[in-house]
Amino acid sequence: MTIQFNEETFRDDYTFRNSDWAIKRFPFPFHEDSYMYSVNMEQHQGGPAGSVFEKRFDVDEHYVAEMKDRALVLAEDPLRCQSLPHMTLAGWDLLELIMVSKSEDYPDLFELHRDGNNWHWINRPMGIEQKFVFMDESTLPYGPMEYITRQAQGDFCVLDQRDDNLWMDAGMVTTQADWSLDFDIGMNFFEWHAPVPKAHEMGIFVRALKFLLNIQQGMPARRLNWTMTVNPLLDTSPENYHKWGVQKTTLTPENLGAKQHLRVELQTFFRLPRSNALVFPIRCYLISLEDLVTVPKWGRRLHRVIRDLPVELATYKGFIDNRPMILDYLAQHDDGLPTSDGIWPDLATEPPLSPS
Amino acid sequence: MSKFQFPESIKSRPVWGTLEPRAGKAHLMVADSEGAEALLDLAQADATLMARAHVIYIPRETGESYTVRLKELGAAQFYVGPSYEAAVPRLRRTLSDAHMGLQVYLTGTEGLMGQAMREAIEAGIPHSAIQTEHRGSIARRMQCVHCKGITDDVITDPFVCAHCGLNLFVRDHYSRRHAAYQGVCIDAEDPGNVPEPVRLYS
Ligand code: HEM
Repeated sequence: MTIQFNEETFRDDYTFRNSDWAIKRFPFPFHEDSYMYSVNMEQHQGGPAGSVFEKRFDVDEHYVAEMKDRALVLAEDPLRCQSLPHMTLAGWDLLELIMVSKSEDYPDLFELHRDGNNWHWINRPMGIEQKFVFMDESTLPYGPMEYITRQAQGDFCVLDQRDDNLWMDAGMVTTQADWSLDFDIGMNFFEWHAPVPKAHEMGIFVRALKFLLNIQQGMPARRLNWTMTVNPLLDTSPENYHKWGVQKTTLTPENLGAKQHLRVELQTFFRLPRSNALVFPIRCYLISLEDLVTVPKWGRRLHRVIRDLPVELATYKGFIDNRPMILDYLAQHDDGLPTSDGIWPDLATEPPLSPS
Repeated sequence: MSKFQFPESIKSRPVWGTLEPRAGKAHLMVADSEGAEALLDLAQADATLMARAHVIYIPRETGESYTVRLKELGAAQFYVGPSYEAAVPRLRRTLSDAHMGLQVYLTGTEGLMGQAMREAIEAGIPHSAIQTEHRGSIARRMQCVHCKGITDDVITDPFVCAHCGLNLFVRDHYSRRHAAYQGVCIDAEDPGNVPEPVRLYS
């Protein structure tokens, strides 16, 4: 299908909306009625047609608007994109991976023509046409990582692999769930995960790192992560927390369905060929609770997950104060019926909400 | 003087050790304030060390309390500086000259150790050749995550950012590159509601 790109904002007047198509394909992150941290990783080799898992880098109706939002963030704060000097080669690797994937997966939107090192890139949705010399930085308006990630939805961490660890030595981070690239740059896997509760003690990070260190080229992996965000604000950065934090206090029982969003990250992992770095794209999907509960299974399940989530996780994810109000809303969409296994909406088989 | 026991914390927070004499042709010792005591202990543990040592000492508020005793240790090079910043060019010069096997000893406040550690790592000194020992003030060097300004010697939580004036709470999340802990606005969700500052670890 051809994608209709939305004109919308992720700040100020918040005109962001999900179409019915986007709601049905939303990456709902809960495969059962409860949630706890786990090493939830699987191969990233496609998925059901039309799902966000199908392509290597999913492009959806929010693409153009998200890229405008990223440009605004970077204009205000260039430190959201940083690359330590030894990471330039990995930046070229990443540029190649994204250009090749997008032009193969979305040939009507993107084209890449290569004649030796003379490359010609066409990005139709953003109206960009660029001829450049691969591996020659002087032929692009930005460094390779910045150039391509200004044209790709989601955040990107580029990890150097050495001493049996991963090091966050480059990144483009403007749609993050409250962590700072500028602060975390140069840290290793255990250090940047230091603030996460429980998972260290559960041994999750030791096992996850082992898995990541062994990811081979052409064998990408993926996992889902999630949190809650008031208003469809992409840039929930610590840098701007003193500005957006107060928005959390604007929820009322009346506006909650429209304002409270489930925020899901589709995280993927690709080995890069020349640098042996690992790239970690973190793609953010937002959905208002009122849109989410149009899928009866998801409404039932989200209520149970949020209700039973350990306090430490609700606190870390930043919605502990609003949890009672969120639960009041979600309880109206949980009739206690059982739910089917797995994350899919199952609209044809799951019963509609029974009248209370 | 008894050493402060830092409570268990998260994995980004540095863990400081105890200085021990190591074999080596050259020894670089960087200390501030009560870090002098750790150097005195070190010299006592191995009196032969000092003849091959370059000592960079910043007394700060301890003034003259330790300088005479330190000088009497007879270091090959002994420098007393008025501030860490003033000592940095000398430190960099020394590190850039360093030969394989240089042993580095850092002691005093977390701010001094963190910053000098960063210099040593950037100069290519392996972690295994760097030792640390905390002495003296438990104050922290803090980066404001909002304006990026550094506030040195923070002793209360919350504190006021010396650059942008926001009221920040003190996190344990630590960046070696910034040699600083992270400070985050404490009243973002309830503007104006700033708790009474309390001394760190109290
Ligand atoms: C190498 C790629 C990865 C990068 C760059 C990355 C980065 C991050 C960052 C920056 C945070 C926020 C920490 C903070 O509070 O400051 C985080 C949270 C977290 N990460 Fe990762 N991560 C990676 C891989 C993984 C993997 C493979 C797992 C597997 C279990 C994982 C599990 C988690 C969990 C459970 C959280 C807490 C999330 C929440 O509760 O919202 N991460 N990660």
